[in-house]
Amino acid sequence: MNLLKTSMSDAPTSSTTQPPPGNRNRIFWITMSGFGVMYLGLIVAMIFADYQYANWQDFKDLLGDPTVRFSVWLSLFTCTISAILSMWVAIPTGYVLARVGRDAINSRFANQPLMRRCLRALRYVIDTLLDVPIVLPPLVVGISLLVLFQTSAGRWLDGMTNEVFAALGFPGIQGITYEIPAIILAQFTVSAAFAIRTMRDTFEQIDARPEQIATTLGASHYQAFSDVAMPQARFGCVAAFTLAWARSLGEFGPILIFAGTTQMKTEVLSTTVYLNFQMGNLKGAVAASLLLLTLAIFVLLLMRFVALAGDDDRGIMA
Amino acid sequence: MIKLDKLTILQGNFSLREIDVSIPQGAYAILMGKTGSGKTSLLETICGLRRPSSGRILINDQDVTRLPPSQRQIGYVPQDSALFPTMNVARQIGFGLEVRNVKTAQRKKRIEEVAELLELNSLMKRNPGGLSGGELQRVALARAISFRPRLLCLDEPLSSLDEPARQSMIDLLRAVHDSENVTVLHITHSSMECRQLGTLQLRLANGKVEPFEGLV
Repeated sequence: MNLLKTSMSDAPTSSTTQPPPGNRNRIFWITMSGFGVMYLGLIVAMIFADYQYANWQDFKDLLGDPTVRFSVWLSLFTCTISAILSMWVAIPTGYVLARVGRDAINSRFANQPLMRRCLRALRYVIDTLLDVPIVLPPLVVGISLLVLFQTSAGRWLDGMTNEVFAALGFPGIQGITYEIPAIILAQFTVSAAFAIRTMRDTFEQIDARPEQIATTLGASHYQAFSDVAMPQARFGCVAAFTLAWARSLGEFGPILIFAGTTQMKTEVLSTTVYLNFQMGNLKGAVAASLLLLTLAIFVLLLMRFVALAGDDDRGIMA
Repeated sequence: MIKLDKLTILQGNFSLREIDVSIPQGAYAILMGKTGSGKTSLLETICGLRRPSSGRILINDQDVTRLPPSQRQIGYVPQDSALFPTMNVARQIGFGLEVRNVKTAQRKKRIEEVAELLELNSLMKRNPGGLSGGELQRVALARAISFRPRLLCLDEPLSSLDEPARQSMIDLLRAVHDSENVTVLHITHSSMECRQLGTLQLRLANGKVEPFEGLV
């Protein structure tokens, strides 16, 4: 009883020491936003410092160089191809991963515990393997690709690609390794993993129920996927494509090892930055970095406004 | 004629064993049962969304037990409507005809006919996002009958509706049954729906389906 009395008499005293609810809300939001603002400040400061360091003349010098202009076009071309290839793999893979998740396995094999456990373990292994390109250091991806193409199967593929390109009218492209296809493959290896993750998350957020109902209405699984699931996944597709494209543009390590840095052949914008830096031309490296940055922001913003018609208020990655 | 022949559904700890039911052609069958008794599982198995462990499902003497849902010609109205979020009402209604490659003119005529029957004409261009519970159920019903199914399965179609909407939906369901001449299997736990609509009353209890005359 005494305890109750004490706590009741304490209550008004303790509430008077706290700030009023309005102030508390403000403190909460300011504290929560503060961390993001600090990080945002770092990004803006880096961009600002780059623009401060380089001047217009450095840009003009850089763009006056035909090898740099080639690397810009090569970057844009390879990024777009590898992003398209990534989506080609990510959409079906993401869909299968989302629809054959733990719940689906549990429900389909409810009466077969061993099968259920095996499939869940397999699913876990597949998920982990698909994340390998994300967690591997980029140089390791490059070395692994190089080693892969030193095996007999890799050499055969290299030789066959050489013939295919010759038949298509590109005799200059001698296979894959140290050629333009190597750039695309290096970019694709990493960017596809990001695109698959994004598409898997997208399809996981889409209710599977309407697709099931579509099949009772006469739709095949493909029709349920293309007519019911895909229209709902359009924002996710834009996000996955954008992420794959941006990853490809910034990709550097695997390209350096697997495709090399031959001017007018396999030099992309990210390797231009590296080459300038290696030669002690810091101003050139910064100007190339700014070019990369400006291109990335411009293309990503354009994509967001064209594809999403600017109708949501999230960032470039949708 | 819909016939379930010793149909057994095992789903983890839940089971329905050796269900035997016959629903005559053109009947309006009401299946009642408590929550968790397996009504929805039974309906989904008939539609092909769940696999039975054993037994057969026969529609007009055709064994459809192993057929995929798309080939069973069953219209299904789930409790949650499960409309397609990106399609307008007209396209939802015509979806079953679209996937069967029915010609546009014919499809349009049938969409208008079904929309007229279910009083959906004013909603044709709207997406499901802004529709009320009653409107959602009417669209789901229209979508399920547009391709003239052999059997119409309704999973508690009135449970989310308020009282006036419920009565008007009952009238619509009766109109659909009369005009489309379709066999209906309607699951519910409302005795009022059972009294007003059912020409055949069934009860699912203790894992068995049996005729149920108690409320009539």
